[in-house]
Amino acid sequence: MSEVNSGKAVESLKGVTSIDDLARQMGELKKQVENIKPGADDRVSIIAFSGDLDKILAAFIIATGAVAMGMEAVMFFTFWGTPVLRDPKKKAGGKDLMGKMFGFMLPKGRNAIKLSKMNMAGMGTSMMKSLMKKKNVASLDEMLDMAAELGVKIYICEMTMSLMGFKKEEFIDYPNLEYVGVATFLEQAKNSKVQLFI
Amino acid sequence: MSEEIKVDKIMDLKGLPCPQPVIKVSKGIKEIQVGQVLEAISTDPGALSDFPAWARTSGNEILKTEQKDGLIKFIIKRVK
Repeated sequence: MSEVNSGKAVESLKGVTSIDDLARQMGELKKQVENIKPGADDRVSIIAFSGDLDKILAAFIIATGAVAMGMEAVMFFTFWGTPVLRDPKKKAGGKDLMGKMFGFMLPKGRNAIKLSKMNMAGMGTSMMKSLMKKKNVASLDEMLDMAAELGVKIYICEMTMSLMGFKKEEFIDYPNLEYVGVATFLEQAKNSKVQLFI
Repeated sequence: MSEEIKVDKIMDLKGLPCPQPVIKVSKGIKEIQVGQVLEAISTDPGALSDFPAWARTSGNEILKTEQKDGLIKFIIKRVK
């Protein structure tokens, strides 16, 4: 048996005629290894598009959970998700008519948003909020504090800001907040292991 | 078999639902040194699968899991 095996070993060495040959092959292998690109980062990139209470809550749970798991988390708030980050105590002047209308029609901050289902003229939403309290589920206020503490990065879509006439001075104070465009988000998302559109 | 593990810190997470137990434990583990041991007590049924998943991802080690009267006790060693 062992003679057969050693015979095979000699066979496979037939392509190698000298040490130089071996060195050349090693060099080629080395080049290939160097060209292997590093994989995506341990990061979760979330697009918070919807402005619904339930969906925004889910987005925050995933983002904060990710950091707890030792990952990074980035949230990109765009379109209906943008007004969620308005600060109800802040006011912004100098808006045109359309800006004023959007400002009036859209929710003023995270505590004004509603459930995507079973809202029932606000009754469902307030029932859900009291149920969450009873069951110790973190509110959006608590979620945002947690996210800030954990270092979840928040991006706000510049385009939505100008489209809906929002001003930076009416948004929340958050330690890790930036006003950016789609390229900034995509740069992060491209190298993230998890990407979600919520 | 029943050798007692020395616990350096205890966290009471009773009554907290997802995702708070995992978030609190990820903070708590940073308050002990590498090699030290954390005991976390949770009532969240999801914690049974969440804590092992968290430990695998964050690179820590669950030495022991105990279940009694609706309480779940995790003994976790800080590895990283």
